[in-house]
Amino acid sequence: MHAIEKILARNSGRESVRTGEIVTAKVDFAEINDLYLQTVYSFYEMGGEKVWDRERCAFVFDHYAPCPDVKSASNHKEMREFAKKNNLRFHFDTNCGVCHQVMPEAGVIYPGMIVVATDSHTTTHGAFGAMGTGCGATDMATILMTGELWFRVPEIIEVRLEGRAPKGVYPKDVILAVLGKIRADGAVYKAVDFTGSYVESLNVAGRMTICNMAVEMGAKTAYMQPNQDVLDYVSLRSVRPFEVQYTDPGYEYAETHVFDVSVLEPELACPHSVENVYPLHEVISEKEVKLDQGYIGSCTGGREEDIAVAAGILRGKHIAPYTRLIIVPASNEVLEECIKKGYIQDLMKAGATVTAPGCAACLGVHEGILAPGENCITSTNRNFPGRMGSKEASLWLASPATVAASLLNGKITDPRPYL
Amino acid sequence: METKVTGKVIVVGDNIDTDQIYPGCYLALTDPKEIGSHCLEGVSREIAPSFPQGGIVVAGRNFGCGSSREHAPIALLAMGAKAVLADSFARIFFRNAVNLGLLPVICKGISRHVSAGQTVTLDLDKGTVTVAETGEVLSCEQLGEQAMLILEAGGIKPLMRARFGK
Repeated sequence: MHAIEKILARNSGRESVRTGEIVTAKVDFAEINDLYLQTVYSFYEMGGEKVWDRERCAFVFDHYAPCPDVKSASNHKEMREFAKKNNLRFHFDTNCGVCHQVMPEAGVIYPGMIVVATDSHTTTHGAFGAMGTGCGATDMATILMTGELWFRVPEIIEVRLEGRAPKGVYPKDVILAVLGKIRADGAVYKAVDFTGSYVESLNVAGRMTICNMAVEMGAKTAYMQPNQDVLDYVSLRSVRPFEVQYTDPGYEYAETHVFDVSVLEPELACPHSVENVYPLHEVISEKEVKLDQGYIGSCTGGREEDIAVAAGILRGKHIAPYTRLIIVPASNEVLEECIKKGYIQDLMKAGATVTAPGCAACLGVHEGILAPGENCITSTNRNFPGRMGSKEASLWLASPATVAASLLNGKITDPRPYL
Repeated sequence: METKVTGKVIVVGDNIDTDQIYPGCYLALTDPKEIGSHCLEGVSREIAPSFPQGGIVVAGRNFGCGSSREHAPIALLAMGAKAVLADSFARIFFRNAVNLGLLPVICKGISRHVSAGQTVTLDLDKGTVTVAETGEVLSCEQLGEQAMLILEAGGIKPLMRARFGK
């Protein structure tokens, strides 16, 4: 069996599971973000009274952090009351950050577990050898009532990433290259296991970036076998003992895709689809792309490592006239570290706007919305029409290094000469 | 549950993501009627006000990709849609639709065989989609046992209420 199948089998009380089988599995941690007041409504509509386990579920108020309007503030108020009423052990209010960063930091994510959240990017937690998957509000309400959810045991695709990344090629570039090949629906209903020498030596932040975007191929979940970096991270933080699962030797994947990371270049996902991926040099050799805004943040590209590389490029310099650079640290912990190391000060001096940790403009809610006709380069995960505001705006997805170098020049720029 | 649905169609393209189905700027809304009035606004503001009641949305591949927002199927239902026929669906959208009683049915190539305003009949028992105007009959995929169990109960909410004796 694959490690993911072992996790599903253990949590559904079985010896083994087969691809295509429907199992009902225990959920080790359930998270509700602040777009999902409907979860509370559905919970009561279905006759829910108390959550199944006050230790194993939490709200994270990240999409509206802090609240931009009366409606979202009212939604928070209702959710906060629900959390209080259920005496939830964990509660992450607007002072924490993006759920997928906040949960691992708080130690509720660890290898071998099942985490379900009302957020598609829950695939992120494959970085820790956990099975993470997203669901809607009412599915979540059923978890809050029962502590379990039904799953179809997925086909598992291997994405083997071999070699060392050249200078200027970051985990974001790697996952964009993978997406360009596998496409936006190449892994629908399936799980993606990232393997290979590149993954084995990748740090926690890089692993999270790659697993995060597995959902952009349609994946139900992502997985990476934990390495020492992951074990060090979770050993310091985990609130529970855990057991790492391993894939049996000789396991046969439904498909295998092999990528040589050593030949990759900085990549871009061009408007308006995550699968519209080209090497950066091809895009800019065809035409100059002038920019109005750059954005570094989100559960994909707002970690300390992301902000550090941007600060390295912009230190002592200034972004181009009439452009904006929005920096949104993924969590308070990230923000604190970046202040300690001076990155935030460097970026502010370079002309950046630093906002409160959270999802901010990644999904077009607040703090960096685009006007019609504007161009933005972003370290986030989606460039759908209207994702960051006007549907007449255009978004290019890139690594934080590419975002920083591009804002320096006010046009999409290869970051390599600036490193 | 109704296993036969007849309605007028609208046709949209590939990779219609949940931001196009329900833009992020409306995510704080909770009233289904209000949510429905913004349905597919990311494709065109004209769709929701003129959508045929009991109608069917026809799409290309990967309908509902992106965010897990349940607002997407809530909006489609509140706008008056009964079913979505597409080449393929994103997983979370599929689950959300089934939970709420919106039929997400895979019918490969459908968007090339119908045009906006035509009437189609989806017959789940026979696994067919018939276009009234042309008489063309296309085959569609079965929904799967678990999805049918939920749909036959009228959605996940009645199913859970029955389970908990509420």
